[in-house]
Amino acid sequence: MTAGGTVARAWRGVRWYLKEFTGEARWDDYLQHCAAHGHQPVSRREFERRRADALERIPASRCC
Amino acid sequence: MSTTVSRHDTGGGQSPNGGTARRPSVRSVLVWLTVAVVGAVCWGVLAIARGETISALWLLFAALCSYAIAYRFYSRFITYKVLRADDERATPAERLENGVDFDVTDRRVLFGHHFAAIAGAGPLVGPVLAAQMGYLPGTIWIVVGVIFAGAVQDMTVLFFSMRRNGKSLGQMIREEIGVVGGVAALIAVFAIMIIILAVLALIVVNALAESPWGVWSIGLTIPIALFMGVYLRRLRPGRVLEATGIGVALLLLAIVSGGWIEDSALGETLTLSKEWLVLALVVYGFVASVLPVWLLLTPRDYLSTFMKVGVIVLLAISLIVARPVLQADAVTDFAREGTGPVFAGSLFPFVFITIACGALSGFHALISSGTTPKMVAKESQVRLIGYGGMLMESFVAVSALIAACVIDQGLYFAMNSPAGATGGTAESAAAFVQGLGFDTTANQLAQASAEVQEDTLISRTGGAPALAVGLAQVFSQAFGGGGQAFWYHFAIMFEALFILTAVDAGTRVGRFMLQDTVGNVWKKFGDLSWRPGNIIASAVVVGLWGSVLYIGVTDPLGGVNQLFPLFGIANQLLAAIALTLCTVLLIKHGKLRYAWVPGIPLVWDLVVTMTASWQKVFSGDPRVGYFTQASVYRDAQDAGEVLAPATDQGQMDQVIFNSTLNGILQAVFALLTLVVAAHAAVVIMRAIRAGGLPTTEEPAVPSKLVEPAGLFPTAEEKRAIAEHERLVGAGAGRTEAEAK
Repeated sequence: MTAGGTVARAWRGVRWYLKEFTGEARWDDYLQHCAAHGHQPVSRREFERRRADALERIPASRCC
Repeated sequence: MSTTVSRHDTGGGQSPNGGTARRPSVRSVLVWLTVAVVGAVCWGVLAIARGETISALWLLFAALCSYAIAYRFYSRFITYKVLRADDERATPAERLENGVDFDVTDRRVLFGHHFAAIAGAGPLVGPVLAAQMGYLPGTIWIVVGVIFAGAVQDMTVLFFSMRRNGKSLGQMIREEIGVVGGVAALIAVFAIMIIILAVLALIVVNALAESPWGVWSIGLTIPIALFMGVYLRRLRPGRVLEATGIGVALLLLAIVSGGWIEDSALGETLTLSKEWLVLALVVYGFVASVLPVWLLLTPRDYLSTFMKVGVIVLLAISLIVARPVLQADAVTDFAREGTGPVFAGSLFPFVFITIACGALSGFHALISSGTTPKMVAKESQVRLIGYGGMLMESFVAVSALIAACVIDQGLYFAMNSPAGATGGTAESAAAFVQGLGFDTTANQLAQASAEVQEDTLISRTGGAPALAVGLAQVFSQAFGGGGQAFWYHFAIMFEALFILTAVDAGTRVGRFMLQDTVGNVWKKFGDLSWRPGNIIASAVVVGLWGSVLYIGVTDPLGGVNQLFPLFGIANQLLAAIALTLCTVLLIKHGKLRYAWVPGIPLVWDLVVTMTASWQKVFSGDPRVGYFTQASVYRDAQDAGEVLAPATDQGQMDQVIFNSTLNGILQAVFALLTLVVAAHAAVVIMRAIRAGGLPTTEEPAVPSKLVEPAGLFPTAEEKRAIAEHERLVGAGAGRTEAEAK
């Protein structure tokens, strides 16, 4: 594999990780899901708002 | 991946290679032999180096090699032999997936989430304080403790909670041990959390007091987080990476700009006393708990997490580049005599409670039985997430210990001893540390504070400032070009950021617990969306930790000196409760022969915490025993005297009150733990006699997912994934990334 290919692969990996980690990828998953099932997706604003409000009830503990 | 396994809880597990034991390859034998030899050499160097200075890298590599071996062999044994993780069995994330809390998550992503949740300021601060006994006792405990206790606890609790649909620690204790144990555990968890929050906040207060630069940059994290919150809600919903990128840039600007405002009129305004900072923190904690999470908590958490990971990576690289030399002795006289000024008490048991996070931390059991178990994709992944995550935290602790041990040790003691001992000025502090046998001069102490542009570094207790000095030294050594002041404030900023994130999240968790508990008798109060309930519960939680914080801040004997042992013991007592649950569950599942896995750390932890609790309550040494301390001051007061470091009768009253309160809290924590342990002992006896007892484990459901177990998929797993994908067609995005 060329050095450029390795860098590109690593970059894609990092991007994938960060999107998954921050939950940004959930929107893409949702669009994919809607496309697969023929649903009309809600706007991103609406989607993210519902997602954030659902998190409201989950206590995310942080340790010392 | 094709072995059929029996579905009963005590039934067959699955070995990682599909059930067939394979002979290890020559290459693998050679690799692990090399790791073992390198590790052994490093430990050997640490053990025999006496009186000469050695490089900190020996310490680092001794730890890394030990972790590698423990992960490869011991965690594998626990996963497949003791717990019998079964990848043919669907996890709650798969069975109950709802896209909110139950969510199948890539193991590497979940590792990141779990690590971000367990690691904070704890592993940074404890080792710094423990460095007063030298680098060796702390390092040995961090490494041995994590391998046999901390990581075992985290992974086992995670596994058992996962098998019970992600039930919380308290719930599992109530259902598996009994109501009495359950109630004791619930009270213990709540009380311990309050103490932990107070001590964490105390560390922030000590780091920010009289430091306009620190107050400025930490204060700015609030508007930055608010901006990110609004950005993600209104401006560009969902673009977390973008928002975090902007946030981190602003954060760095906030640190740099602290240097500009320091000597201005604004700097003067921001030179806050400890009392004002307590007030600010209490108000902040309350507001953060009441506001919707998207506005403040979530964006702060992104900032804190990215900083956390960034700093750890930076630190690891810097240590290797800078190769600093250890200035501390391997074992100091304080370890032998127990007369150290940083915290009182002898090596046993106090090193083992001063270093909690990084070796064994009961708080982790709350996270391992909280959000994480609901997101695990495959049972065997508890090894990477639970055990691996804790090893990573342990590595952070070792790095922090190194940072504390590479600074001038006279400076270390001048910074970490309470003001009553150092006298507060460079001259008196120099005289104090010279009395301890260091040749650090007043000039050198003054110069050290000038280098980081702080007015003074004397008696900046709590561990955070000392760590910041150590990090500043390592970073500027590694990257050249000085910049000590920037790195110092950078370090203070991220420590405070972690702590504030822990404090606001902890306040919220405490609020939920309180609402949930009171909700059993008063239904309305349990409704999380009921505003007055939210406000009352938040105020109670904040009020509780706020009062302990205030007591600590104004304690004439030094809050850290007085409260840190309470915090450490409380955390380890929580670990005892968690390990008790693990032991009970293994025996109930009919795996008595493996009960030693959580049993040995449990016995060790009970011996440590009970000895420490006993000493803190009953010791006749007024520096150690809270009640003796109170009575010494009471006697002096009756005789009309004022005992140093108290300066008037008011402070005498304060010492008497605080020490009595601390003693009572200490005794109550220990008793609650003993109640849980005694109740558990009854259940254990019953289970042994019956050869196992029914548990609340969810029945097995076959899994449809195919996922690798470890960090890197094996060739076999890659084949299985490809095969699976071929059968079900192009799957979700996750599997696509897996193939890499």
